[in-house]
Amino acid sequence: MNRGRRRQHEDDDYGGRYFKKRRTNSEHEIGDEDPLRTLIYDVGEKTKASVESSIEGVSKMLEVDLSSQKVKILETLLEVVTKQPEKCTIYSTLVGLLNAKNYNFGGEFIETVVKDFKERVKSEQWTLAEYCLRFISDLVNSHVISATSLLQLYDAFMDVAFDASSLQARRDWVVYAILNCLPWVGRELYDKKQQTMERLMITIDNYMKKRNKKHHGLLRVWLVDDPHPQEEYLDCLWTQIEKLKMDGWNEKHIIRPYLAFDNVLCEALQHNLPQILLPQQQGPVAYPLPSVVFRMFDYTDCPEGPVLPGGHSIERYLIEQELRAILCKYNEDRKECVAALLDYPHNHRVPLEYIIVEVIFGELFRLPVPEFLQICYASILLELCKRPGSLVPQALAQTTELLFDRIDTMNVSCVDRFVTWFAYHLSNNQFRWSWEDWSRVVGMDPQHPKPKFVSEIIQKCIRLSYYERLSELIPKSLESLLPPACEPFYKFDSQISGKIPGLAQATQLQAAFREKISMEQILGILKQVPNPLDPDLDMDLDKWSHNPLAIQVFAQTLFMLGSKTITHARSALLKYQGIFSTILKDTTEDGHLCVLKSAFEVWKKDTQMLGVAVDLLLKYRIVAFGSVANWIFTKDMQPEFTRIYLWEILHQTIRKMNKNISRLSKELAEAKEKVRMAENSSSDSETEEKSHPKDKALLDIPSDDQINAMEEKLEAQQAERKDSFLIIFQRFIMILSEHIAQCDTNGKPVNTPWYQWTVGRLQEVFMQHIDQVYQYSSTLETLLFTQDLDKNILEIFEQFKALKA
Amino acid sequence: MAAATKLSDYRDQLFKGSQGDLEKKLVNSTTLYVGNLSFYTREYQIHELFGKCGDIRRIVMGLDRFKKTPCGFCFVEYYDRDDAQNAIRYINATKLDDRVIRTDWDAGFEEGRQYGRGKSGGQVRDEFRKDYDAGRGGYGKMFGTMESI
Repeated sequence: MNRGRRRQHEDDDYGGRYFKKRRTNSEHEIGDEDPLRTLIYDVGEKTKASVESSIEGVSKMLEVDLSSQKVKILETLLEVVTKQPEKCTIYSTLVGLLNAKNYNFGGEFIETVVKDFKERVKSEQWTLAEYCLRFISDLVNSHVISATSLLQLYDAFMDVAFDASSLQARRDWVVYAILNCLPWVGRELYDKKQQTMERLMITIDNYMKKRNKKHHGLLRVWLVDDPHPQEEYLDCLWTQIEKLKMDGWNEKHIIRPYLAFDNVLCEALQHNLPQILLPQQQGPVAYPLPSVVFRMFDYTDCPEGPVLPGGHSIERYLIEQELRAILCKYNEDRKECVAALLDYPHNHRVPLEYIIVEVIFGELFRLPVPEFLQICYASILLELCKRPGSLVPQALAQTTELLFDRIDTMNVSCVDRFVTWFAYHLSNNQFRWSWEDWSRVVGMDPQHPKPKFVSEIIQKCIRLSYYERLSELIPKSLESLLPPACEPFYKFDSQISGKIPGLAQATQLQAAFREKISMEQILGILKQVPNPLDPDLDMDLDKWSHNPLAIQVFAQTLFMLGSKTITHARSALLKYQGIFSTILKDTTEDGHLCVLKSAFEVWKKDTQMLGVAVDLLLKYRIVAFGSVANWIFTKDMQPEFTRIYLWEILHQTIRKMNKNISRLSKELAEAKEKVRMAENSSSDSETEEKSHPKDKALLDIPSDDQINAMEEKLEAQQAERKDSFLIIFQRFIMILSEHIAQCDTNGKPVNTPWYQWTVGRLQEVFMQHIDQVYQYSSTLETLLFTQDLDKNILEIFEQFKALKA
Repeated sequence: MAAATKLSDYRDQLFKGSQGDLEKKLVNSTTLYVGNLSFYTREYQIHELFGKCGDIRRIVMGLDRFKKTPCGFCFVEYYDRDDAQNAIRYINATKLDDRVIRTDWDAGFEEGRQYGRGKSGGQVRDEFRKDYDAGRGGYGKMFGTMESI
């Protein structure tokens, strides 16, 4: 905890630039100018003196100022509750000493922190609210609050937990918040009010037995519990608390400075907590989502040295919580993050680096989505590896082997993230790896997760470097898993396909592009492409009829024109998007599908370019979002289901839709706000400024027509999004049901690798877009996820509903 | 958050406008300068790497003024500043093509800025470089020329 010291970073990696960095947050910078605030913020920091004497010293200084500086002291003490939660017991001791000297001050502080707790709950700042409650609880240890009144508070909260009219997410949170406090105050409560405490434990136990855990399945990183169970988070914490109780509420992790001041504190008058009603929020509330406890390492995985605390020990819970808090606090600065992680106070008593690696992967694999960008975690791991003598590279090698071993039961989204992480990590380490060890998967069914995984890793590595690099690096034994070289394929080449229909026009078109002829002339060429739908049709430029072959000829030739780089592709599509408007007019779905299929034909071997092409087609509104969904579920694409790129394309498409809708909503809100403000000011003013349209435009106030147009556009896009999701779910159901039916008919097992992947991908759609999909829940329930569906498919929907229940 | 958007010491000497204008552009920019690339690094690699921080609007490869071949830098333009900020947080000082690359805020691409400003056509830093760098044309141009005398 060296927060007070300035740290200087001189780093050649920054191009020889010299950054003066202070390892403090900006609030502390203000504190620097204010000695009182600094005094409080710096309590217990590593000084030559002990923590206890630091606290004592500060309390003596504050006692003098208690009346004159009361407000500032109260404010600062309140700040550190949420800003320095790791120093909870230090500050509760300080408040205890101040309370012993000045009973009223203690009372005022309690009021302040209780008020803050309620505000945090109201504004849905759950973690900060948890810190507040924990601090309040710890004040029992420092004799500021009576054990009786704290237990009354917990009992009142448990009443909330049993109120069936509330969402389970809310009730779970309340119980979690209480359990989170017990490592601190369990012992004291048990000593002072054993019976009440016993009753509380029984009450909580009843709650734990009754609560719905259907969501658990969707959150598991692995589908099986061997070797490490993927425990539901609240279950795990409850088990840890029960074990703590069995150990007589003794734990060795939390420092308790108040013990040193027992003689002073036990003389203090205690306060009773006021009644705290848990605030109800208006409208929909975003409660924290449930999670699983990610465990990857066993104590036998760690090297000789300090032992890894058991999975159900409270120490494990506390350490993981604190390390996660560090990740959260320093997520924007990886060097600071690593320094803070490795500086962790308990680093000699546990295999710290292994726990750090486990916590980071737990965050990376968090379902539904990680809190921060995947590359954030990857860069922190890279930074951890840089330390001399670091055990992290070894831990990462073990991690990779371990994850690889269990890949066939891993959640597909987590597999994606593992692949992405590993390829990126390798790219920073010259792709050095014991590739040969993986040659044992070559003989397996190519659809099996293990060989699929290796080939996906190789593909991602190629994307970050180049084909020859990997083909030279990979041992001969793995050669069959190398993808084909990433080249576009153009079928309108007589040497490849012979004299296929459209060849003549394709050749003309290539020449036309080179000569930069006009749009009319291009359409003229396309007009001559024979139409497989209506061979005798005479094409009329003014009345373009749907000609799938013409679309293919144009699209594929255009993609080839822009095949050199991404920039070329963008220029080509931008330049000729007008042609698409003509030839796709009135073709609806078919035309769009034609274009997407053409993209696939050309870019089959270069999945990165394929993704870019689809992205550009959406950007220039050549195809609709719904068409991408339709295309992915066409029969031709089914064999591609087990490859990662296809789902990257689907989700990138959905995200683009979401982005557009957010942007439009924001613009609409801003436009309406402008109108409202203009109306207010014109109603205020005395002059007769009528809202003349010309004046409005001059003042940049949107007209009614403009607002209506924006609203229509927004509604259209929202409708398109809903349709797209319906298409996606409907197609998933169809494809999975078909597979199940076929397997039943042929007497074959349903659970093939393809089936497992595909079910995983269905789950992924729910998980990656929870909030949007939740909006459509009732439609989905009525139209698609009906009771007659195969129960395995229906189960996913039930689990999803449980997630937000 | 202010500390995170702290600007580096570099200021484009050929920027047309005052220092104040330049700094304003840097503070609002969604474009990054990326340096120390290998001459052989291609656009798709940059797209793959920088795409991990968000959607990229475009990439402009830095070119030798005369040869019009890549000369070891590029511009990456995002749609959102937050994405560019994340690239600085997580990609700056990590490796691409086995080289530690550097990212910095850029005022925004304008035609002409894609060319190296060194006398020989590449970047200025490659004019005076004393060490041998296989990914950046070998020895610095100045020393290369001297050797041939």
